[in-house]
Amino acid sequence: MRTTVDHLLALGDDALVAAQRLGEWVAAAPELEEDIALANIALDQLGAARMLLTYAGELEGAGRDEDALAYLRDDREFRNCLLVELPNGDFAVTMAKLLFLAAYQLPLYTALSGCADERLAAIAGKARKEVAYHLDHARLWTLRLGDGTAESHRRMQSAVDEIWPYTHELFQPDPTAPVDPAGLRAEFLAIVEPVLAEATLTRPADGWAPEGGRRGLHTEHLSYLLAEMQVLHRAHPGARW
Amino acid sequence: MSDHARTLPGAGDGGRTPSDDTSRPANGPARHGGWPLWEVFVRPRRGLAHHHVGSLHAPDAELALRNARDLYTRRQEGVSIWVVPAAAITASSPDEKDAFFDPAADKVYRHPTFYEVPEGAPHL
Repeated sequence: MRTTVDHLLALGDDALVAAQRLGEWVAAAPELEEDIALANIALDQLGAARMLLTYAGELEGAGRDEDALAYLRDDREFRNCLLVELPNGDFAVTMAKLLFLAAYQLPLYTALSGCADERLAAIAGKARKEVAYHLDHARLWTLRLGDGTAESHRRMQSAVDEIWPYTHELFQPDPTAPVDPAGLRAEFLAIVEPVLAEATLTRPADGWAPEGGRRGLHTEHLSYLLAEMQVLHRAHPGARW
Repeated sequence: MSDHARTLPGAGDGGRTPSDDTSRPANGPARHGGWPLWEVFVRPRRGLAHHHVGSLHAPDAELALRNARDLYTRRQEGVSIWVVPAAAITASSPDEKDAFFDPAADKVYRHPTFYEVPEGAPHL
């Protein structure tokens, strides 16, 4: 299938918004070591976002670079899934979001790394290795929190229950996409379900499935995130370090 | 003595037993705040030895290894990592420095300087 600007924006915006959310933990994580781990993951996502948005801008051909796409679009123009824009919540919620995002991105990037679009395949090939580490990080914490104390178990289960509905949007069918996300859900479940079981957590039932992010219909949380992310660039257009 | 050395058992403990340290269970890892301390060793590349690069806190060995990866190999510093519970290291005490190390100072015969290096062995 031919790569379109919208497909690249969906991938790039997922990564960009996830990076911005994870960055909120910097100087606020439970321990210094976790602070740096989350910052590393955020920077991995940001790196992928930059390549994807740069590509999207070039494919669009309207002269927009990565900065124009990241800093000068409004929420309705963002194509990210709702999952990544949800607030961090407590550490368990952040880990649930990371677990589900990585378990989606890993098979996605793996499939994309073999797609016909060589540039997209190269970006995905690099991101795939990084995402494998993100998944590992989220998995280890999910196991420790789920199978930890009564309080950590309660919080991790509550986080999984809260985030689970938002995973359905990730696998909305799109036959025109370079890789149809609908085909990835089996792999996602094959990753996630054993982790939840080993962490003594109950896999939530499928039901309510909020969506709209891919069409620009977002939760109210995205506007606040964008306001913080974009304020400097909008106040001082073209500002550089 | 650096703060770092103080966290190592035997490094100037002055004969305290582990049970004197309320933050550390007997025979358990050294603790600071919530998580035990780990010493990190990184091998820069194949053929070289692991070198001590620093320490970190982690709840267990598995996460210590990952924290070490994030903290000490961000700039491609290594190809292999060891993490060791700091409490498992027995360190020499600064108080014993004279008895441990000074006697070696005047024993020049321990250095291999009393024979001619053969021709054609520049890197011996």
